[in-house]
Amino acid sequence: MNNKKRENKFQPLLISQRTIRYIVCIFLCILSILPFWIMLVNSTRTSVAIQQGISLIPSDHLINNLTNFLSEYKNVWLNMGNSAFISIISTGLCVYASSMVAYGLTVYKFKGRNFAWSFILAVMMVPAQVSAIGFFRFMQQLGLLNTYIPLILPAIAAPSVVFFMKQFMKNGLPLEIVDAARIDGSGEINTFNRIALPLLKPAIATQAIFAFIASWNNYFTPAMIISEEKRYTLPMLIAKIKDVDPSNFDLGRTYVGLTLTVIPIFIVYFALSKYIIAGVALGGVKE
Amino acid sequence: MSNSNSKSEIQRRKKKTIEYGRFGYFFIAPFFIVYLIFSLWPLLYTLGLSFYEYYASNGGASYVGPNFIGLKNYMSEIKLFITDFSKILGNIAGSPQSIGNAFYNTFYIWFFNFVPQILLSLLLASWFTDIRIKLKGQGGFKVMMYMPNIITAATIAALFYSLFAVGGPGDQFLVGLGLKEKTFDLLNDTGFRRLLIAFIQFWMWYGNTMIILIAGVLGISPSLFEAAMVDGATSKQIYRNVTLPLLKPILLYTLVTSAIGGMQMFDIPKLMIKKAADYKTETISMYIFKHGISTRNLGKGATASVLLFVVTLILSLILFYIMRDKDEIKERKENKKYMKKIGKE
Repeated sequence: MNNKKRENKFQPLLISQRTIRYIVCIFLCILSILPFWIMLVNSTRTSVAIQQGISLIPSDHLINNLTNFLSEYKNVWLNMGNSAFISIISTGLCVYASSMVAYGLTVYKFKGRNFAWSFILAVMMVPAQVSAIGFFRFMQQLGLLNTYIPLILPAIAAPSVVFFMKQFMKNGLPLEIVDAARIDGSGEINTFNRIALPLLKPAIATQAIFAFIASWNNYFTPAMIISEEKRYTLPMLIAKIKDVDPSNFDLGRTYVGLTLTVIPIFIVYFALSKYIIAGVALGGVKE
Repeated sequence: MSNSNSKSEIQRRKKKTIEYGRFGYFFIAPFFIVYLIFSLWPLLYTLGLSFYEYYASNGGASYVGPNFIGLKNYMSEIKLFITDFSKILGNIAGSPQSIGNAFYNTFYIWFFNFVPQILLSLLLASWFTDIRIKLKGQGGFKVMMYMPNIITAATIAALFYSLFAVGGPGDQFLVGLGLKEKTFDLLNDTGFRRLLIAFIQFWMWYGNTMIILIAGVLGISPSLFEAAMVDGATSKQIYRNVTLPLLKPILLYTLVTSAIGGMQMFDIPKLMIKKAADYKTETISMYIFKHGISTRNLGKGATASVLLFVVTLILSLILFYIMRDKDEIKERKENKKYMKKIGKE
């Protein structure tokens, strides 16, 4: 009774607070969407129209802009394919190898195990760019510039993914199952592939999404390694689109190009947003 | 009979566990081999290069060096750092364009990105976990607010670049509000561009930080909130005295990861400049890239890399020190004293 009274007393205040919160949240959502919406709309307008004013309503020049863009940037599908190729293979390698390390450190007791684990924890915080110069020069010496090997293979050593997988295994992989498999005569590698990996699926899926996106969005490493235009990845193509001299800029064409590069990620994101948000939340509770 | 049997059984088992242990090396081998080749060796190599005079000449056709010069690279970089800073702090004419400028820009952009980011994220996290006022559609809000984080940073930079170029939609909007002259190029304005980059970083990352903080708040035992409520604490008091102290580890985590990430900022400032000789928003990563990779002055680039590493390390240690649990340390000290006392008696 008392409680109800109290609630009633505060009700108007609560309602106004609630309204303020909704307004702020909706404003932030609009802020998230607006630049992309303008991009989409502008990709359907002529360059002249874009320069005359802002519009939030699509026009009808999409096909025109698109053909213009595709005739100017003939390599766009190739570049997208390159990005997809690199991202898919490096994601596969990353999650498989990281699960292997985490499994090795969880299931087996061997000399140097603690050292290996401490090492992984220590290198997790080293910024990748610190070793960039040595990496570049070493790749040059190995003759690997303009190949995809320096973009793909390093994915095998991803300390933060190992960390995540090991945390997951603490609860997600009962060691009794491994023992049971041994008694049934399963080999160690077979046990890992057939029994452990399926149990780790949720963790692998989360990490795969993030590994894929990180690789797809990476600009620093490809910009360092790749210089041949046919081997460009998508972010490099974007840099090129942006660098075109603004005086003979076809703005509609530019926006269509940017839209093309964003669409695959939009699709992935909105299809998997539930898992992505959950994954971000999990990543933070590392303590 | 049975005794010897069990003995041999034990021996066999022992042998087996040893055998299994060996597989551990097999499982961790790929990681360590690749790490050694692609990360550790390049890291040590970078450190080594920083002591050498080593740069490309004839447009990359040949290299001068490597000649060992000890700490000379460091001396010259630190000297440049000091001249740049005296220029920046003293407002002296002549544009700073070396490592000091790069560090200054990096810190400036990181600061104006992180402070509003953490404040907004804390506010939103407190709203989304408020028991009194339950907001509907939280899932949708989270999805929308996190979205910019996942889009290719290069695309976002190119997009904002065209939005704020002369005649771009953002530019037109500001002209419409009467905030700027029609012909004035915002992207040429140092202050504006720095703040724009900071804003983009803020806009890309607050959703991420917010989700992490929400997860942190939800991880706090509900009984603590209930106890505080029973004791008659207002929601502000609960937030200040229960939520924030318990969020400390996660706040530290976001601080450190954001600081390390901020020091590495590359894509957005790199794509925000018009031409190569533009130092107004050059960050330390761009500086390393320019000297070490574009112009192939490996010694200089490597030195800047090592300095970046040192700064990152110092920064993380400072953050750990600031955020350390003072009560726990006090308690530990007292425990030690107590133990000593007991030991003496």
